[in-house]
Amino acid sequence: MQAPPDRPRTPPDAGGDTAPTDRLAAVAAGGEVSAEVHDRVLGETPVLEIDRFNLWYGTKQALHSITMPVPHNKVTALVGPSGCGKSTLLRSVNRLNDLVQSVRFTGDMRLSGDSIYDPRMDVIELRKRMGMVFQKPNPFPMSIYENVVYALRIDGEHSRAVLDEVCELSLRGAALWDEVKDRLHESALGLSGGQQQRLCIARAIAAEPEVLLLDEPCSALDPIATGKVEDLIQELRGRYSVLIVTHNMQQASRTSDYTAFMYLGRLIEYGPTTEIFTKPILRETEAYVTGRFG
Amino acid sequence: MNSDAPRTPRRLRSAHSSLAAHGEPLVWLTGGSLAVAIAMIAGLLAFIAVRGASTFWPAPLVELELADGRRALGEVSGRELVGPAGGKAGFGRTLVHTAAFEITGSHFEWFDDPQVVRTDRPRWATAVERLEGGRFHGIPVRLVRGDETVAAGPEETWREFSRLHPAVRSRVREAQRIDRHDRGVLQRQLRAARLAVVRAELQAGGDGDARVAAVKNEEQVAERVRERSAVLDAETARLRGENAGWGVEFEAAGGQKRVLPLEGIVRAWQPNRLSLAGKAGVYVARWWEFLSDDPREANSAGGVFPAIWGTLAMTLIMALIVAPFGMLAALYLKEYAGRGPVTTAVRIAINNLAGVPSIVYGAFGLGFFCYVLGAGIDELFFQPALVADNQPTFGTGGLLWASLTLALLTLPVVIVATEEALAAVPNSMREGSYACGASKWQTIRRIVLPRALPGIMTGLILAMARGAGEVAPLMLVGVKKLALDLPIDGTFPFVHPEREFMHLAYLIYDVGFQSPNSQAAQPMVFTITFLLVTIIALLNVAAIWLRSRLKRRYVAQQF
Repeated sequence: MQAPPDRPRTPPDAGGDTAPTDRLAAVAAGGEVSAEVHDRVLGETPVLEIDRFNLWYGTKQALHSITMPVPHNKVTALVGPSGCGKSTLLRSVNRLNDLVQSVRFTGDMRLSGDSIYDPRMDVIELRKRMGMVFQKPNPFPMSIYENVVYALRIDGEHSRAVLDEVCELSLRGAALWDEVKDRLHESALGLSGGQQQRLCIARAIAAEPEVLLLDEPCSALDPIATGKVEDLIQELRGRYSVLIVTHNMQQASRTSDYTAFMYLGRLIEYGPTTEIFTKPILRETEAYVTGRFG
Repeated sequence: MNSDAPRTPRRLRSAHSSLAAHGEPLVWLTGGSLAVAIAMIAGLLAFIAVRGASTFWPAPLVELELADGRRALGEVSGRELVGPAGGKAGFGRTLVHTAAFEITGSHFEWFDDPQVVRTDRPRWATAVERLEGGRFHGIPVRLVRGDETVAAGPEETWREFSRLHPAVRSRVREAQRIDRHDRGVLQRQLRAARLAVVRAELQAGGDGDARVAAVKNEEQVAERVRERSAVLDAETARLRGENAGWGVEFEAAGGQKRVLPLEGIVRAWQPNRLSLAGKAGVYVARWWEFLSDDPREANSAGGVFPAIWGTLAMTLIMALIVAPFGMLAALYLKEYAGRGPVTTAVRIAINNLAGVPSIVYGAFGLGFFCYVLGAGIDELFFQPALVADNQPTFGTGGLLWASLTLALLTLPVVIVATEEALAAVPNSMREGSYACGASKWQTIRRIVLPRALPGIMTGLILAMARGAGEVAPLMLVGVKKLALDLPIDGTFPFVHPEREFMHLAYLIYDVGFQSPNSQAAQPMVFTITFLLVTIIALLNVAAIWLRSRLKRRYVAQQF
């Protein structure tokens, strides 16, 4: 990671007020900063509320008191330089970090009002309410059909009619149906990388999740496959609440409604995508989204 | 610097540059090592295959006439050069399988080349394989029944012999089957009835109704057995009576005549007259006998069927025991156990277990399985046999204990291989499954295990290959020199895991080192080795075929 500049050298067209302090330098020095959250975000109905969430890997703190609502049926992008905690935050939402040894956390998250980190929460039931897509396509070693209906299968669904219907709907939803409808019972591992990733999206939406978590879904794909997945995210907008981690600023600006900028485990600024990319509150945010660091 | 000056191309390599910078020498070194390794393995297999496969090919019978007038008839089984010694020049000498034990006192004899004045292949020379006494070489003179000559002259005798012998032989086999099998069944019935009385005595103590009933039953069984025995006696007497008296008189090389009873002849052939197809026929027949028959003459002749059966049964039972145990243990270690000093210690212990000498497992198997577990089972369920015959049932070596001992021996191999296979399953697969809301067991069952199965199979294949070739521990826990009662047969309850059994690897040792006629047994050693290697190879091929099917199904190439 590149060291943050002392101050953004050119604060051109800084768009309204700029914060007097250089937050990134303060963060790098270990200080705590409060996030700039735009009012429009707060006006949305949240499906997921992250509430003062801290997380440590061993003694290293990876997330610092993150507080952010994720709006219902909107696409929210998490951007920030490598190692800023975007993926950690995403994996905390469905408690995949529980599988990592020596993880500690404080604070809470709420999914439609239910506390995710409540000790009485059944993690398995919780994960069934979310779908997740990973950086590298990870289709299971089984047929395309079985991949899509996996979540239903483990739930004990046996009705052929239900499974068939969910399979077709999900594959159509993931814009993959036409490509694979004739080979549903062939191994999913025979698909191309882009198809595999869309299959993973179909698998994630098969169980009608309340939140769809996408962890850099295009980072292992070529440009054409990336384009198809981005089109797909556009189509999911309005039907699913999507939380997407991305490294790609263009992708964030193209696909998301809201964008959160994170840095070294802190939320720095969070607002509507158009505002974050055109007139952010903070110069630091502008410096990052225009590619001057990070 | 003048850029127009002609530039001498930089020498990319010079004789002075380090050897390591070249690369080629290492290609030769590594490739050479591989070539040596391949040559060693291929040479070993080829040697065993050639020696093992040629044993049953009917070699020509050669007649040697010596300077002192003696004559010998037999198969040439070796040649060597004797170095010059005591002023004499070096000369060659030939080892001949004369099979003339009852005439000269030896089965094999060396003949120095200078002594041999004439060699010949007599047309009617016959090799006879007998039930007892080993081979006999001679020329058929006449066929007799009692004192009466039925046929005379080699040609007629051979024709009559060929006509009569199959029927005689089948009567001999039938009588053998009655003696070994039918009478064995009667003996077992008798013993079961007798043990029922003992059981009733032990339970009721003294005389109760149960004992009276058991005694009565024993009398009935004894009566039935007596009746049946009489029938069998009559039958065997008839069979033996029909065979009795028939004999073939052979003239040995030295002119001595011997009458061999027809019922004692297993097979006879005249290699010097046989066409290639005829030789192939004899070859196939001898292989068939080897694969399908019981051993004769201290295992140095006949077949090895019980040993094949025992080897297969033991290896398969071992695999059935070790596969689930090893897989579950490895699953716990890899998927459930936390990472800590205890887990590390357990893992190190398992790896060390793989290096423990196998005889140690044998000693453990004998001490624990036979003497503790087996004795406990006997105490609980087979007390009558223990009390009445002082004979342990499970409290001694047997198929079950041998399989368990070998399962223990191969457990580390399976655990280590399974753990490695599980570790090779990408974590992204597990996370993907968890993210779909699968529980840990569902993830293991549906994602991890199928994906790891080919690797687990590899471990199992290694374990089976190791187990099938093990001898030392088996000698302690149930393998016997001769055990004709198969551990799986047609008598209730069909599977007899307590029975002792025969094993090919042990048979190699037994035939090679414990045989009274070691020179004749030597080819058998190679044949049995060849068979053992083939069986292990077949087991492996079957497992590999299964693995590749699984692989096709679960692990295709990504991208």
